[in-house]
Amino acid sequence: MTAPVIESTAQGLEGRFPGVVTADTRAGYSGYVVSADKLIDVATALRDEMGYDYLSSITGVDYIADGKLEAVYHAYRTSGGAALTLKVQVPRDDPAIPSLVSIYPGADFQEREAYDMYGFKFSGHPNLKRILMWDGFGGYPLRKDWKEAYFEQDLKPFDSRWPGGNFYRSEEKNPFGHNVAYPEGFNLENWAPEKDVILAPELTVSQMAGGVGHLKTDTIVVNLGPQHPSTHGVFRMLVRLDGETIVDLQPVMGYLHRNHEKIGERNTFLQNMPFTDRLDYLCSMSNNLGYALTIEKMMKLKVPERAEYIRVLMVELTRICNHLWAIGFLLNDLGAFFTPALYAIRERELILDFFEATAGSRMMCNYMRFGGVARDLPEKLNDENTMDFLIDLVHNRLPKAFDALHEYLTENEIIKSRCIGVGVLPPQQAIAYSCTGPLLRASNVPYDLRRAEPYSIYDRFDFNVCTRPNGDIYDRYLIRMDEMYESAKICQQVLRDMPKGGDILAGKPQYTVRVPAGESYGRVEGPKGELGYYVVSQGKNNAYRYHIRAPSFINLTILGELCKGHKIADVVVILGSIDIVLGETDR
Amino acid sequence: MTDPMQDLQDPNLPVPDELKSNIVITSIDKIYNWGRRSAIWPMMFGLACCAIEMICTAASRYDLARFGMEVMRPSPRQSDLMIVSGTVTKKMIPVIVRLYNQMPEPKYVMAMGACASGGGPFKEGYNVVSGVDKFIPVDVYVPGCPPTPQALLNGLMKLQEKIDKQSILSVPWYQPGNGDPVPIPLLGPDLIDLRQLPAIRQHAHKEKA
Amino acid sequence: MTVSSHGNSGNEEKGKIKMYGLGVLKGMVVTLGHFVDTYVDDIRWLSSKYVSPEKKAYRQSTKGKGLFTVQYPDEKLNIPERFRYIPFLIYEEKDGKHEDRCTSCGICAKVCPPQCIWIVRTNDAVTNRPIPQPKEFYIDTDICMNCGYCAEYCPFDAIKMDHNFELASFDRTTAHIYDKAKLDRPLSYYASLRPTDYAAEEKARAEEEAKKAAKKAAAAAAPAAKS
Repeated sequence: MTAPVIESTAQGLEGRFPGVVTADTRAGYSGYVVSADKLIDVATALRDEMGYDYLSSITGVDYIADGKLEAVYHAYRTSGGAALTLKVQVPRDDPAIPSLVSIYPGADFQEREAYDMYGFKFSGHPNLKRILMWDGFGGYPLRKDWKEAYFEQDLKPFDSRWPGGNFYRSEEKNPFGHNVAYPEGFNLENWAPEKDVILAPELTVSQMAGGVGHLKTDTIVVNLGPQHPSTHGVFRMLVRLDGETIVDLQPVMGYLHRNHEKIGERNTFLQNMPFTDRLDYLCSMSNNLGYALTIEKMMKLKVPERAEYIRVLMVELTRICNHLWAIGFLLNDLGAFFTPALYAIRERELILDFFEATAGSRMMCNYMRFGGVARDLPEKLNDENTMDFLIDLVHNRLPKAFDALHEYLTENEIIKSRCIGVGVLPPQQAIAYSCTGPLLRASNVPYDLRRAEPYSIYDRFDFNVCTRPNGDIYDRYLIRMDEMYESAKICQQVLRDMPKGGDILAGKPQYTVRVPAGESYGRVEGPKGELGYYVVSQGKNNAYRYHIRAPSFINLTILGELCKGHKIADVVVILGSIDIVLGETDR
Repeated sequence: MTDPMQDLQDPNLPVPDELKSNIVITSIDKIYNWGRRSAIWPMMFGLACCAIEMICTAASRYDLARFGMEVMRPSPRQSDLMIVSGTVTKKMIPVIVRLYNQMPEPKYVMAMGACASGGGPFKEGYNVVSGVDKFIPVDVYVPGCPPTPQALLNGLMKLQEKIDKQSILSVPWYQPGNGDPVPIPLLGPDLIDLRQLPAIRQHAHKEKA
Repeated sequence: MTVSSHGNSGNEEKGKIKMYGLGVLKGMVVTLGHFVDTYVDDIRWLSSKYVSPEKKAYRQSTKGKGLFTVQYPDEKLNIPERFRYIPFLIYEEKDGKHEDRCTSCGICAKVCPPQCIWIVRTNDAVTNRPIPQPKEFYIDTDICMNCGYCAEYCPFDAIKMDHNFELASFDRTTAHIYDKAKLDRPLSYYASLRPTDYAAEEKARAEEEAKKAAKKAAAAAAPAAKS
């Protein structure tokens, strides 16, 4: 899989840029430290000469003890293989870094997020504005010296719960009675609310000469969301239209920004597990797995055989759940209101029954632990033997349901005419914009982490990495159908090969885990794409940095480009075909 | 319990004697409430994880249509019930308040799940409102994270229970002075609740001193 | 990097789609199948009551066809044993006295991810040292995320997750803060809720005690043998 040039590049990079690139020698860390002013050169060489064409993740870390902010870049090759990690260290009071948007357009939203959370100043970024919080918000919340209104203690567990124990509500201790705090010197009299200026100024300026003959037409800005039935949650788009044709589209997000990362840096490692459930709330099992793998990498834990099989079974069933949901609601967006979704949800309910019987909750499974899973499969499910239920499910029920969906939807002329050739994403552009998952594979890029960088026990299973040639909405629908069949195939193999008994957890259940100091980037092929966790530990019970590389968030970078030139009615369908979940987009 | 309006909204309010004898009113009440309880149209409005369970409740297994609630309206102007299903963030609360103001009376609000009720597991976060009832009045709270579809149905039945106890004579939307919109909070350096302006001014004053 | 050719390539393909409506008809046949299934299924259960366990078991299984709806509140889905909602505390009844299993060790409060558990320890009246019994125990259900860690990591099996989900209320200021009186449940309640877990725990406890007794006996026997 790996291209031949590569093995030499690890050393080559230091030789190519002497004095600029140095290996990161901190204990538990890997990758290279690059000086900020040469970042563009290094990134260009990385992409063009060494084949690292795929920029997976950009994030920041606040090393307050050293007075430094660090930007962390993870680059991969779409041909497969391990990551190349670049780090740029800048002083906290002047965190200026050149923007990589010109080299990797997929850096756009991620750099905006790093600016929003840490205050990095990415010079050359076309639109460096806050993305998750609103413009005018006070402070950079992920900096270690920034405290929220309900701040109680740096790390959990809080002393006020035990041995303190006297109950109170956080709002009782706040002077305003709810979760607000104003910066020092905030003067209401001198303050004016920020205006929504994302696309609005063009509204008055542009007198576009796009009309017929001598007629001059104006463009208009239409606001979609955050309360809109087809935005899959609280997502907002500002669309500039010329007639009915889209000239520009700007996604606005953050309406569900729940501060996972700030809370995650206060939580102990184990406490983050149920929070990962609530990222992509349709696929809690995949989120669990990604986080567990990341921490296991640092702790060097070996997962027992049976637990590995159970994990794969859970994750693949989750993938089926998610794709069923995605297809059902894609059809909703197309105007086939609710019938396809009803059929899809019905099958999903059966899988959820299994999750509920095994993990205790339909959606928020909180099932995986470091070194295994929480509980073994139950003996009975609704008075039926669990194994019988599962075998019937993955051998008969689900494949039949997929067939029915195919019969019902695939050849439908309305679907075809609405989907074929709409929202076309060429492969090079998909890679450049860091698209992942079904979105990338529908553009004919066979990049699936289960094959490109196998984790867990995926190397044992026989399955195809599905691709589709055209990269339009129809292909993105079809690829989800294909992947459901493949997932069912994997489940069948799991049920065939799973050891009958044995441990499900390495070691004893522990509620505090100590993770050796260092960093770790773990990623899994989630149903929506590459789900990554970047965790920095300083050898304590709590994570020093906990970053989530959310596929939904980064897949949205391309949305504006995909929609341009199409009609307004296509916007919701294109969005539906990307398949986002706001819990993960906004985190 | 000093606010008389609040008293009237209490479903357990004892019926005054002079009304008890009023048979016409109670019969009208029965019809009036029966009509309203059997066709509560929820707004098609999902915020977070709980919204998925809300959709599942509307789907075939739990089937909201059995309660006459399957007509989810995307527009606040046509809906009777706002199910706040998920975490209410500071960035979102101005929108929620605006939607609430746009709903015509009679309107009901249900806080679904821990987040909407009181902030939930994300309460400590810097962008999270600790309960939607800090801004708009809530009729029914459904605990759980997330509440299962059956728990949501239970909450909806609780709401019907509340409606059953209301009387046309005392319902707030026929009272004079009702209908003032909730002021829409602003997004400054932090969320600014316009009803708290004096307190915020005082706070700034204190900082100066 | 190439610039996408927006929709152009697709438009040509679009022209090729033949609109005979056969695909739409095929879809309608599937829907009709679902419709017919519902009635076939209804006829099958014609003689049974409106709510019957056999009917429910069939309709909610992988073999079920036709109607899938569970007639809540008349009929409820089976709650699996491991289902978790809000936690509760277990007490044992010994000689007519309530004896808390909880020792206020605080592990549940420490492991709780959103930190929704508050425990006040009891202090001995004479020595003022903490004794293993909670004085007060609060759970704020507005914060609780039903993750089940408290039950999972409690070393005394004193806190468990309840199955009752019908908790909707008109008010949250008091109803949503569970104090000890509201959390306490007898052991028999737990045994009925989760029979398998209960049996496994009791077995482990008995084994532990037998081991302890054996050790004690061995320790008692050892000095006797020496002398």
